[in-house]
Amino acid sequence: MRSPVAATQIRRFLALLALMAVVELITGPPGSAEEPTIGITRSFSEPTSFFGLFVTPRFVLFFAFTVIIYLVASLWRSQSTSIVAIWNTTTAQPRAFTQRRAVRLSTRGGLLVIAIVLPLIVTDPFWQSSLVEQIAVYILLALGLNVVTGFAGLLDLGYVAFYAIGAYATAWVTGALPLAPPFGIHMDPFFAIPIAIVLAMVAGVILGAPTLRLRGDYLAIVTLGFGEIIALFANNLNTITGGATGTNEIPHFTFHVGPVNYRWGLGPVPYYYLALGFVVIFIVAFSLLEHSRVGRAWTAIREDEVAAESVGINPLKYKVMAFAIGAASAGFAGVMTAAQTNFVSPATFTLVFSINILVLVIFGGMGSIAGVILGAVLVQTFQMFIIHTPPAGFQPQDLYIYLGAILVAMMIFRPAGLLPSRRRRRELTMAEVGKSTAGEILIGEQS
Amino acid sequence: MLQVTDTIVRYGAITALHGISFNVEKGEIVTLLGANGAGKSTTLRMLSGLHAPESGTISFEGKDLTQVRAHEFTRLGISHVPEGRRIFPQMTVEENLEMGGFVRKGSFDDDVDQIYSSFPILRDRRKQLGSNLSGGEQQMLAIGRALMSKPRLILLDEPSMGLAPKIIQQIFEIIGEIREQGTTVLLVEQNAAQALRLADRGYVMENGRIVLSDTAENLLHDERVRAVYLGEGV
Repeated sequence: MRSPVAATQIRRFLALLALMAVVELITGPPGSAEEPTIGITRSFSEPTSFFGLFVTPRFVLFFAFTVIIYLVASLWRSQSTSIVAIWNTTTAQPRAFTQRRAVRLSTRGGLLVIAIVLPLIVTDPFWQSSLVEQIAVYILLALGLNVVTGFAGLLDLGYVAFYAIGAYATAWVTGALPLAPPFGIHMDPFFAIPIAIVLAMVAGVILGAPTLRLRGDYLAIVTLGFGEIIALFANNLNTITGGATGTNEIPHFTFHVGPVNYRWGLGPVPYYYLALGFVVIFIVAFSLLEHSRVGRAWTAIREDEVAAESVGINPLKYKVMAFAIGAASAGFAGVMTAAQTNFVSPATFTLVFSINILVLVIFGGMGSIAGVILGAVLVQTFQMFIIHTPPAGFQPQDLYIYLGAILVAMMIFRPAGLLPSRRRRRELTMAEVGKSTAGEILIGEQS
Repeated sequence: MLQVTDTIVRYGAITALHGISFNVEKGEIVTLLGANGAGKSTTLRMLSGLHAPESGTISFEGKDLTQVRAHEFTRLGISHVPEGRRIFPQMTVEENLEMGGFVRKGSFDDDVDQIYSSFPILRDRRKQLGSNLSGGEQQMLAIGRALMSKPRLILLDEPSMGLAPKIIQQIFEIIGEIREQGTTVLLVEQNAAQALRLADRGYVMENGRIVLSDTAENLLHDERVRAVYLGEGV
């Protein structure tokens, strides 16, 4: 009899293999009515070049991917358990604790330095603007949705609504909409930042207060509806939002104080630094929040709502708070996008967009700030890579098939995400320790 | 201290409580007995704000509780140990206890220490996750967590459920100690013999009504109680 650990490993490998086979066939050469099997046979016969490195039939390539993913995932798993073991032994000593703190601080400092010099390294204009539009903005969105979904455990499928509110608020205060700006003054987008954040938070409260009594699936459906309603408003309220065409008259950020005059928009890099500043602000704010009284209340509600009520937590109050706070960063992301692209249109604010943000959070690790940032960076870079410079044999229109496959593979190997929060990692470690001792006992009985 | 008068609770067309009245005085242990479906849990749901009575009044230290919402009870000095313990599974023992003090301001390290001295096993397990505790330990943790809010009245819903006799014995000793330390106890139990040995007074419920009320001593020797709940033939 095989040990259960080995059986699990084999099952995982086979599941991955089946997944890759499906992806390979779907994204492979097309068949035709005369020869329906040609797509399959060509996968085996037709050589594909991979970055010009080597030439091989597609199926070999995908088989190699399977093995590589499997090995990386297995290595990572064994390493992360040993890291946890070291972690546990070092936490016993206070000196090791301060050392760990130093390591953590220097890691963060190092990452910040890398983020600061990144536009100097990445000089390609496409990638520079992707850094802002596709990565920084999505990090902001993922950070906000992480508060709602990761901290408070509420599934929000209409998160794009808050982003839309931020973008339209910017268009409104800068006078780019048919609706007259407040007091008839065309303001700089800078003033849109507080207005958009406040409006998004108010929308969070308005949506949250009546609906957050619902749980689980019901809440997901209502939020999905809210996202669609906002998109429909944007599309149909022609005299307010400009209808389906939206507006493309939103000005860039400008800065005039005394002798200093600065105008954003000469390239993506100034926007990058503006976004980076706000990303840092939101990271600090959200991690303080996570470890505050409010954060503990969210954890309690997520784990057991009845128990949370029995210790005196008002679930509705804290859930509405999570909605409003999570909406804030989406509101700001809306301002960023509107001002940088000068453009808002309802076509952006779709359900797929909300799901995309959710994918970043799930991929990176729900409830973990570092995780969702890593998730946003990796998934968005991958998307841009497939869209902009797809390797031979990969088509941009297959993007969502690849993304789906990556998510499924994640669920097989790291269900809690790339960098799960400490609580979830602890949960996983416990499970693994439990499992491996059970395996050893079984093996022991055999011999 | 706690006065329940003529409360009627309905779930849709079904009447779960047909106008029950009882009271708990300061410093007492009062037990509410009854078979499955007698209305014990509904009574506790009503007393913790999860289900408002259709008519009748609940008053605690002179305040009307009829319309108070579930999470406000803790602040008023009533703490609920829910049925099935309801430990936060992914929090450590210590974090669970800290959550218990959620409504209180300031530091409560001393109180955590006090809970540990009442339940030494919890101190040994302080860094373990709630879900990894045994049933008895979880019950102790649930009681400890409820005590963290310094309640004047503690409601215990079936604390002996699913536990080994030896552990039940231990839990009941702890309930006795809680009273010694000045907290009034309302204990809902199926385990009538042990509950009556510990309690001062008891009420027996049947089909949503209170059919008997007396001192625990008398109930323990009551023929009907012995026949139905203590499993002795008449």
